[in-house]
Amino acid sequence: MKPLEDRIAKQVASIPRSGIRDFFELVQGRDDVISLGVGEPDFAAPWHIREAAIFALEKGQTSYTSNLGLPSLRESISKYVTKKFDVKYDPKTEVLVTVGVSEALDIACRALLDPGDEVIYHEPCYVSYSPSIVMAYGKSVAIQTKLEDKFALLASDVEAAITDRTKILLLNFPTNPTGAVEPIEELEKIAKLAIKHDLIVISDEIYSELIYGENGIDVGEHTSIASLPGMKERTILLHGFSKAYAMTGFRLGYSCAPHVLTEAMMKIHQYSMLCAPIMSQLAAVEALENGDAEVERMRKAYAQRRNLLLRKFRKMEVPCFSPGGAFYAFPDIRQFGLSSMEFAHRLLEEESVAVVPGTAFGPAGEGCVRCCYATAYDELEIALEKIGNFVSRLKS
Amino acid sequence: MEAIVELLQKNARFSSAEIADRLDMDEAEVIRHIKELEENGTIFGYHAVIDRERSGDTSVSAMIEIKLTPQRDGGFDKLAERIAKFDQVTNCYLMSGGYDLAVIVEGETLNDVARFVSERLSTVDGVIGTSTHFQLKVYKQNGFIASAGFKPERLPVTP
Repeated sequence: MKPLEDRIAKQVASIPRSGIRDFFELVQGRDDVISLGVGEPDFAAPWHIREAAIFALEKGQTSYTSNLGLPSLRESISKYVTKKFDVKYDPKTEVLVTVGVSEALDIACRALLDPGDEVIYHEPCYVSYSPSIVMAYGKSVAIQTKLEDKFALLASDVEAAITDRTKILLLNFPTNPTGAVEPIEELEKIAKLAIKHDLIVISDEIYSELIYGENGIDVGEHTSIASLPGMKERTILLHGFSKAYAMTGFRLGYSCAPHVLTEAMMKIHQYSMLCAPIMSQLAAVEALENGDAEVERMRKAYAQRRNLLLRKFRKMEVPCFSPGGAFYAFPDIRQFGLSSMEFAHRLLEEESVAVVPGTAFGPAGEGCVRCCYATAYDELEIALEKIGNFVSRLKS
Repeated sequence: MEAIVELLQKNARFSSAEIADRLDMDEAEVIRHIKELEENGTIFGYHAVIDRERSGDTSVSAMIEIKLTPQRDGGFDKLAERIAKFDQVTNCYLMSGGYDLAVIVEGETLNDVARFVSERLSTVDGVIGTSTHFQLKVYKQNGFIASAGFKPERLPVTP
């Protein structure tokens, strides 16, 4: 018999192991660790949302739904997206409910890419972007955003990366892992480039509720690229419930896109996933209809932790740009002469604090580590004190 | 100021330094604001929310509905203020609906409360009637769930 390793499809074998998995294995099994390495809220989903899921189960709502998702949920999504992003989507034909944004991204890539088609995206980024592109036989073209630009994506870099094989531009603002937001001027330039070069834009806006204004407490502004002139017809807007509603385990996301694109994605979705779980969908209706206050409560809590974290890094004299969104900070650790990986390893060994090396999110993350502040305030305080101890030892 | 009130309402033990950290303000400014809130009566007190069962406190608590005859000068206010002054009364609210005042009364024993109601409350001039409901068990108080328990676990590192 041929070794099983040789039976793995080339496309899959070519994908490297996620850097985050390596680090996870180091941390796993140690119970003394304070982790700033988590990419999800520390809150449980708000009770009224959980209660809606329980009620759904009690009523025996355990069946399949329409492939696109429950009509009532698609109505709610359409209403919410119109209000929040100022773009109208027809709930009957342009909204698709998926199992998380991860599935939505996967089927968007598979629906659009022919072998060799290029997808431009920006690193550091969420770990699934390149694999999703590669598994759809696309070619991933990463633009390295820079700390100097606060990890915003420059339109000039996008333009330089465009070739005649470029089909998709994949955006994620606010960004995991940097917390970066895109300045509106650049976003407008990028939209013009997309139109000029006839690109499809996939915009992952999963963190778009978690935005911080100038004073660090009030909600900031978010503009979806789909809302810019001429963009709705070429944009797949991806969003979901995991972050703002703290519903990660419900596994629920959605895509809003022109009918033809939605239909193509739906084809894959119906054969591979059939539909998203009905109890999650019913909980999501409750989230959209009555969840704003809870979202704001959690956003405010994140904002306070973000203020604490930025303040403590300032005190430590560790440069950290003020992240405009999500719940991540991406401090600059270059002064210590350690790689991100070494820094994270030593911090874990010496102080039992887990942060994720920036390089887990692409080479542009070198020199930074990702600190997630979706961690209880008290724990965050202790973690920052320990990081402070570690840093002062490195400095002395 | 509003943000400070919101924080203290959640946890009165936040130090001014912590509030400053959370709101990205100067500590001195926070102290000044809190003093102002105390002086102008926005904040009228601080206390711990106690699970009495655990603290071994066996005293009892009752909610009393009171019907009043409104007075010509000052409506319900004068009577309500008079009732609120009793040490046994911990909360006192003017209500809409079938009765006028909702009063929470605490006492060492059931008898204490009963005596207070019959001898002191119902004899106040203007009180037409009372109805006493003893509290049997606390499930939630001042926003806190009694016997906070299970904390779900998260994976230590996720993308």
